[in-house]
Amino acid sequence: MTHPMHPPEVLLDAQQVERRYRAGETIVHALRGVSVQIARGDFTAIVGASGSGKSTLLHLLGAVDAPDAGRVLFEGRDISRLNDADATALRLRRVGLVFQRFYLMPTLTALENVMLPMAEAGMPKAARRARAMQLLDYVGLAARQEHRPSQLSGGEQQRVAVARALANDPALLLADEPTGELDAATGAALIGLLQRLNADGLTCVLVTHDAALAQSARRVVRMADGRIIADDILAPTGSTA
Amino acid sequence: MRGTLAWAALRRHPLRTLLAIFGLAIAAALLIDMVMLATGMRASFRSLLTSRGYQLRITPKGTLPFDTEATVGGAAALVASVRAHPDVERVSPSLGTTLQVARGEFTGSAFTLGTEDSVQGEYTVLSGRGPSADTMLQEAVANAALLSRLTARIGDTISLSTERSAQLRQAGRRARVVLVGEARFLYVPPGLPALATSLPALQAFLGDAGRDRISLAMARVPVDGRNADAQLARIEGVRAWIERTHSRVTAISTETAIVQVEERLAYFRQLAFILGALSLVIGVLLVTTLVSLSVNERLGELAVMRAIGVSQGGVLQQVMLEGLMLGVAGLTLGLGLGLITARWLNTILRDFPGLPADLDFFVWSGEAAWKALGLLLVASTVAGAIPAWRASRVRVAQALREEAVA
Repeated sequence: MTHPMHPPEVLLDAQQVERRYRAGETIVHALRGVSVQIARGDFTAIVGASGSGKSTLLHLLGAVDAPDAGRVLFEGRDISRLNDADATALRLRRVGLVFQRFYLMPTLTALENVMLPMAEAGMPKAARRARAMQLLDYVGLAARQEHRPSQLSGGEQQRVAVARALANDPALLLADEPTGELDAATGAALIGLLQRLNADGLTCVLVTHDAALAQSARRVVRMADGRIIADDILAPTGSTA
Repeated sequence: MRGTLAWAALRRHPLRTLLAIFGLAIAAALLIDMVMLATGMRASFRSLLTSRGYQLRITPKGTLPFDTEATVGGAAALVASVRAHPDVERVSPSLGTTLQVARGEFTGSAFTLGTEDSVQGEYTVLSGRGPSADTMLQEAVANAALLSRLTARIGDTISLSTERSAQLRQAGRRARVVLVGEARFLYVPPGLPALATSLPALQAFLGDAGRDRISLAMARVPVDGRNADAQLARIEGVRAWIERTHSRVTAISTETAIVQVEERLAYFRQLAFILGALSLVIGVLLVTTLVSLSVNERLGELAVMRAIGVSQGGVLQQVMLEGLMLGVAGLTLGLGLGLITARWLNTILRDFPGLPADLDFFVWSGEAAWKALGLLLVASTVAGAIPAWRASRVRVAQALREEAVA
């Protein structure tokens, strides 16, 4: 709970970031000088039409990509000019990523998928196994840990992906259209899971078309044509959304 | 975990992986066979020449042992002279010729050797005994081919004769000998009928053509505790002395003979080298192709791995591990396949006419084979490194963007 006299600590600070990329013969201006701050413990939804630049912004916030101009501060550290090894290490230890299409390793079991980032971080096998089981239990899949992705429903796969994103206890969870491949009921369950994670103190930033998911956030950032066109606080950080 | 992922990637398309492993196994088998062929004939020939401990072969000037019908006269003096050399332990003279053989209605020709049974290095008595050292042609040992041709057994009597020589105005000579043993001749092709009798008896039987003549003398220089170079120098000293002292003969050491054989077999070695190199290239191409295919199919998946924090080195290791696993599986299978095909090819080549019974073409040489397999394993791992490097350099954001659009 943030003390009312102290403003919430800024976890992410994107300052005038720009990103262009080539799509065939044309240069796409995905972001045109976007600035946004994300407080620790915040639950922010970035919404906008396809091509508005929301996924690109998400990638910049998670050090998946680097801006052509401007900078991104993560916990006060400029992450926009990190070399590959440092950016990878940041993503491994401080950022959890969830994708629309889950992207679990199809040849690994649910448990092994969750263990993968921990193995990369050098956690001993027994410890990562125990933590992976704990995380699968947290997302309600303790009984499905030995199943491969093809043996799980879409909702179950996305919950495994969330457990994987939490593997190394990140400070930030980034989710790109996490309910995009799920039906309404399964999507609602996932929204509940994300709210629970946020209530437990995890900062969540998600990109969505899903109105229900956007309404579950405390803050909604609207984007169009590579710019932020609206930034609405639905409920202050630290309060119940 | 990387091992699990690499193994899982290979299992994803089992038929394709299996075919690649078989292809690699065939390349490995070919490489092993070529290594065995390249090193085997030399090793086998050396083993053949040194099997009875003689390191020097003395032949009529300018000839190789039994390469021609040439003989050298003054044999007794020559052999006595060489035997008297302080560095010579033993000398085995022999005379070779072709005689007509007959038993009952069976007739034919046989390669006939006259040797001193106590020192001979030409044959091994398998049953019975060696011929006595008579000066009259009375006893002989025969090989299985001759016994079979004449349907003879130990104890049987056979007829020997020389052909009539119109040039020398000599009538054919005849003798009857008792077969006292069955022998295996080291330097005679297994299918060629052969017999051996005592040297003085054969010399006497051949008359002027054999009197005090030999085709070959083998000399043994004792092997003592000195090192290999010193031993070779000692043999070379005796060889040079023989040629200096006896101008009518050529003395060849085992080492020289091996060099000469190697020169004659250069074609085989070149062929083996080319085929071996080809098999290496095939192995590299197979692994590169399969791993490249696999990486291309999984670019999105690899980008996700990179996005969730797997390092470039991690992806590189994992994909290279796939190449290594293919290599290990292919090489293990290839080793067995190579040994089986080598044995089969050796059997075929040994049946070529005119080759000594104990000459092998494919000989297992552990060090050479392991080096070749190690080379192929390194090559297959390096082959996996090319697509692995590409995989590790995947542009994460771009790949994710493309995956989202796909």
